Amino acid sequence: MTSSILEIKNVSFSYGPIKALDHISFEVKKGEIVALLGANGAGKTTMLNNISGLLKPASGQIYFKNEEITKLEAEKIVEKRLILVPEHRQVFSTLSVIDNLYLGAFHHFKKTGKKEVDQDIEKIFDLFPILKERKEQLGGTLSGGQQQMLAIARAIMAKPELLLLDEPSLGLAPLIVKEVLEYVKKLRDDFGVTVLLIEQNVSASLKIADRGYVMSHGSIIKQGSSINLLDDPEIKEAFLGHTVS
Amino acid sequence: MNDSIQFLISGLTIGSIYAIVALGFVTIYSVTKVINLAQGEFVMLGGMTMFSLIKLGIPYFIAFLLTVVIVMAIGWLVEWAVIRKAKGADPLSLIILTIGTAIFIRGIAGMVWGKNSVKVEPFTNDVPINILGASITPQSVWVMVFMLLVVLVLYFLIEKTMLGKAFRACSVNPTAARLMAISPKKMSSLSFALSAGLGAIAGLVIAPIMFPSYDMGIMLGIKGFSASILGGLGSAPGAVIGGLLLGVIESLGAGYISSGIKDAISFGVVLMILLIRPFGLLGEKNVGKGGL
Repeated sequence: MTSSILEIKNVSFSYGPIKALDHISFEVKKGEIVALLGANGAGKTTMLNNISGLLKPASGQIYFKNEEITKLEAEKIVEKRLILVPEHRQVFSTLSVIDNLYLGAFHHFKKTGKKEVDQDIEKIFDLFPILKERKEQLGGTLSGGQQQMLAIARAIMAKPELLLLDEPSLGLAPLIVKEVLEYVKKLRDDFGVTVLLIEQNVSASLKIADRGYVMSHGSIIKQGSSINLLDDPEIKEAFLGHTVS
Repeated sequence: MNDSIQFLISGLTIGSIYAIVALGFVTIYSVTKVINLAQGEFVMLGGMTMFSLIKLGIPYFIAFLLTVVIVMAIGWLVEWAVIRKAKGADPLSLIILTIGTAIFIRGIAGMVWGKNSVKVEPFTNDVPINILGASITPQSVWVMVFMLLVVLVLYFLIEKTMLGKAFRACSVNPTAARLMAISPKKMSSLSFALSAGLGAIAGLVIAPIMFPSYDMGIMLGIKGFSASILGGLGSAPGAVIGGLLLGVIESLGAGYISSGIKDAISFGVVLMILLIRPFGLLGEKNVGKGGL
């Protein structure tokens, strides 16, 4: 049994009077791809923002590599190599593609040195050739799919051990969704990155994920291996639009 | 003809100062979205600190560096004591806080240095140079040289270094910057220190020409602010162009019309330009760009 890289224990969070997370507990093991599923407003993004330090849980603990990170600032959590690719991509729109990539390496730039960072960027370009073609272009001028790739590439530059992906396929064409998810799988297979991802596209994400958790109204209502979740009649009905006969 | 060259040169000299002050506004604005109306006080502190250090017998060059460091520290302190403590306040409240800071600094300066103007020795000798029939003091040349240096160093810093990239990242998307381990708080401190440094340099180089006093910051601050608005707030090249233009208009107005109404003339022209181009000279391209 592999050890868990991320452990969420009883985390609760509220936006004012509205309870967004209600005593959530789950874990992600090293080397896994785990999908966090649920309808709009279930609390998925809030969960990721709590993990990455952008929001602070009202109660409960979060452990990363067996170290408590509940109260750490987002900037410090990045240095521990837990990287969030936020909702809506959030590339630096007025900076060139290559500067976006350099900034991904910001937290270890001095330690790593420019030479090695440049080599890393070359590796990224092998993975995403389109970014090489457009490296001098401003981030904001890329298409949605390209921006998503840039956002993921920028996160890879930060050398993540755990990558949190918030709806990488949001607003992308089905074909591109498949491509983006392929890259996510490649990241795990080739680079050993553990991935926790949120997806609206349940069937596509469960195809690459090992396990999944289903959230509803701030609680986890179901969990299991991807295959079991895909076969679950309730999931089918709720997310895939099949009716149970 | 000789007159016009003379006016042009003195316009470029004072314009260079406005440009540096305007760059200070742009630096803070692009990172924090705050218009720091205490920017002029940094200029005053630059001139006055230099005066005091020289009076203490510290060698000129060391006094120069020390002044920049001291004023930068004050800028950092202002960010820490005022802007940081009011975190979460909207930019408008923060701007009003900077007005309060300016009045506070001016009051302290009035107590420390008195109400009279002081004289600071020029960098090099005082013998005017003759160019095309216009006589230029060496200090004017120094002012323009320093403006160019400031522009070059700032350009290199912002465009070519990792720190500059981080600066720009914070200005376009602070949340995403945090997720790359860039702390917007640190960048905010840094922007205040940097622009206080710019103010100090402006104050230092202009001191031998202007005879600094505790209240010189008001007018220089307003002029620098007008220059940055004229150039398009948030645009660094705009700030430089705006500053130089404002200086030249002012100098020509003073020379050909009346020195009594030179401020009225320069602000009048600024108003007119802004009526035609409300976003400033170079503002258009920078709308939503976050500047720098």
